[in-house]
Amino acid sequence: MIYLYGITAAALLASLIFSRKKTLAALKIASKRFMRLVPPFLVLTVVIALALFFIPNEVISKALGRENLLLGVISASLLGAISFIPGFIVFPLCGLLREQGVSYMVLSAFTTTLMMVGILTFPVEKEYLGTKLTIVRNVAGLLMAALVAVATGFVFKEIGW
Amino acid sequence: MKSDEPVKPQPKKKARTRIYLGIAAAFGIFVAISFLTRFGSGIEIAENSWHFLKSMILLFPAAFILIGLFEIWIDRSVVERHLGKQSGLLGYFWIILLACTVMAPLIVALPMAHSLAKKGAKLQLVIGFISASTVTRIPMTLFEASYLGVPFTVVRLLVSVPLVIVFSEIIGRVFSKETLPG
Repeated sequence: MIYLYGITAAALLASLIFSRKKTLAALKIASKRFMRLVPPFLVLTVVIALALFFIPNEVISKALGRENLLLGVISASLLGAISFIPGFIVFPLCGLLREQGVSYMVLSAFTTTLMMVGILTFPVEKEYLGTKLTIVRNVAGLLMAALVAVATGFVFKEIGW
Repeated sequence: MKSDEPVKPQPKKKARTRIYLGIAAAFGIFVAISFLTRFGSGIEIAENSWHFLKSMILLFPAAFILIGLFEIWIDRSVVERHLGKQSGLLGYFWIILLACTVMAPLIVALPMAHSLAKKGAKLQLVIGFISASTVTRIPMTLFEASYLGVPFTVVRLLVSVPLVIVFSEIIGRVFSKETLPG
């Protein structure tokens, strides 16, 4: 965060030195782009707050801790796709689940769908990509996550030929 | 820059914005009532939203100022040369490099991708940037490796990055850039 602001401050200063007018125009664009994000972002905030409340960690642990590997991967993917959990919660949780014996393959399906597929972020993504591309990108993300999970399973010898 | 901005009347979008703001307002009222009546679950939900809001709001000023500076100072021809129609695999290299440095989640990568598209990046690379940013962000990757181990993270990256390239390429070829909203 400090780096981000350092870089931004440096860039802004450099821009100011070169041209005041252009810097002002840049700030105008910045605020315009920001205003566009505000409505879908507010909705996202609401949806995420509800999701964190209705999908507590116990539900995740239960869904991921299934005996059957295939069922585990499927439920992990679905859960990953429908939830939006910040990294500072999800990775410690996954570390814990790993210690409890949840397979890498299931954890991989969960974290990858969590990152790549966002049903809750749909209102925001739609704003920038349109409905069609948003759906296509998310379906592709689901497929990619499945492939990543399978690869992880092979590497950690959780599945074999 | 004005010339980059297609001027289209979008009544549908306005209605959507109103619905979004309506949902947000309803939620605000729900939070206020929860606090007034000391409704425990309501307060918990409000705290969840506050945590999320706080983590994002700190990012926004910097992220959007950088987007603004990018749009003003970076010449369209530069983006077109490296990320436009003629760019090959090297385009993916740039886009993934850029994606690694994205500090924030999808929500900031999206407006960034939008600016890239406006400046002439091809659809493949716009989609590639968004997808790559979800899996290669350095801070997140480090965090993941510390909890799940380096081998896990390495496997995930080695498999997902090529997949992102393949899938983005397919999506970019099937759809045209006009599919993107203005």
